[in-house]
Amino acid sequence: MRKLFIANRGEIAVRIARTAKEMGIATAVGVSEADLGSLAAQAADENVVLGPAPAAASYLNHDAVIGAALELGCDAVHPGYGFLSENAAFARTVDAAGLIWVGPPAEAIEMMGNKAEAREAARRAGVPVLKGTDGPLDPEADALEIARAIGYPLVVKASAGGGGRGIRFVHDESELLRTIDMARGEAAAVFGDPTVYLERFVESARHVEVQILGDGSSFIHLGDRDCSMQRRSQKVIEEAPAPDLPDSVRQRMRESSVELARQCGYRGAGTVEFLYDPVRQEAAFIEMNTRIQVEHPITEQITGVDLVREQLLIAYDGVMSLSQEDVAFRGHAIECRINAEDPDNNFFPSPGRIVRLAWPQGPGIRVDSGVGEGSVVTPFYDSMLAKLIVHADDRPAAITAALQALAETEIEGIKTTIPMHSKLLSRPEFADVAHHSKFIETAPDMLEAS
Amino acid sequence: MANVISPLPGIFYRKPGPGKEPFVEVGDTIESGQTIGIVEIMKQFTEVQSDTAGVIESFEAADGAMVNPGDTLVVVREGQA
Repeated sequence: MRKLFIANRGEIAVRIARTAKEMGIATAVGVSEADLGSLAAQAADENVVLGPAPAAASYLNHDAVIGAALELGCDAVHPGYGFLSENAAFARTVDAAGLIWVGPPAEAIEMMGNKAEAREAARRAGVPVLKGTDGPLDPEADALEIARAIGYPLVVKASAGGGGRGIRFVHDESELLRTIDMARGEAAAVFGDPTVYLERFVESARHVEVQILGDGSSFIHLGDRDCSMQRRSQKVIEEAPAPDLPDSVRQRMRESSVELARQCGYRGAGTVEFLYDPVRQEAAFIEMNTRIQVEHPITEQITGVDLVREQLLIAYDGVMSLSQEDVAFRGHAIECRINAEDPDNNFFPSPGRIVRLAWPQGPGIRVDSGVGEGSVVTPFYDSMLAKLIVHADDRPAAITAALQALAETEIEGIKTTIPMHSKLLSRPEFADVAHHSKFIETAPDMLEAS
Repeated sequence: MANVISPLPGIFYRKPGPGKEPFVEVGDTIESGQTIGIVEIMKQFTEVQSDTAGVIESFEAADGAMVNPGDTLVVVREGQA
């Protein structure tokens, strides 16, 4: 008996159900009261209401999720991304309930959730790290001397921080000690842990990452992705492989990411994230995500590997189906995240009913969507509706294909970020790979009404 | 009487965060421009302010309630108590 409980919503719940069904695994999904009519609720064989609309009362409620999985006779839980996916306590609760956790061991989630520990593990595995303190900054150490060796500007980061939180900039020596004190106090108050570390600050950096898989004894990579097109540290457009990387940098990122997975005895899908400095042509470790990611389809398109299938094989059978020699790369893929936001009104959220919906069609087009025509987009969750993915022989062809696919997409009833994607993909900076993770904020015309 | 209306759809919160005190209570004297609550929509938070000085007469939306644009959140008795 194999039955998978999907502990998520939207497009990723639909995506997980699709692969599970292909593998002959029965599926059940837990939904909030607001999502009863959603595509995700229909995508699984069974659905059950976890609780009221607010995520804290439904998708994030450990007892409701585990209780529903047990009651429906499931033997495994897939958390998707977000919500409970990187919650070590929840992973342990799933284990303790006798269910299979489709994800890495709780210890791996915990270690990578602690930024200073993760950085230290990366350094040991030979992953390039940004010049900075190796591990936590010792409160007794001479911070001024350490900072001089790193160089200014630098950042003070909270070990327990993440997602852009718990970071402070230091422009010169006069600000250093005061900023460290403030960062420690803030980290203690916000994260319950005063540990901080120092790191060199890189301007105009690109965000590059390596997809890895491990089953505890074999460890492979599935190439790299570039996710530099971001708005307020939220990814907007991703592509695979990462363009314009020197071969030596690419090889080192991939091989050291695999080595990091090996040293952790990693099981499942994971992503090692790097900051790439195009001026110095250096990549440096940022963090490791211990889950499937939003942008996983572009890796699937260039490798032909179903990452959710590998996750389920590793969780159920203990082994993945691939070795590194089996992984071949073909062409170039681009993903646009389609959000219910109004780019002409400072990205204000745009809930409502989708009265008309037509996705593009044709070779190389993939749409991972959580909505259909008639769907109601509620105000309760994040604004991502769907992902439009194109695959073509090379990067210029992929950009052309993405623009065409966006032009063919029709969504009426709500505002979406589609016009922004068309603008961004038309920019010479994107074609020339001259963009970086602050590009949208520094391109005023991207933020003005058209 | 003056109504403070929601400018947008979302979830109305009377408190700045879980475990915090409400921004205002019935009977409180408020100034024009004072925050009376927050409306959350798709993880974005917007503070709602009263255009009127006076005393909070009643709440027309409960903490955590769904509101639509134009819905009355709070009724304010204009002037001093």
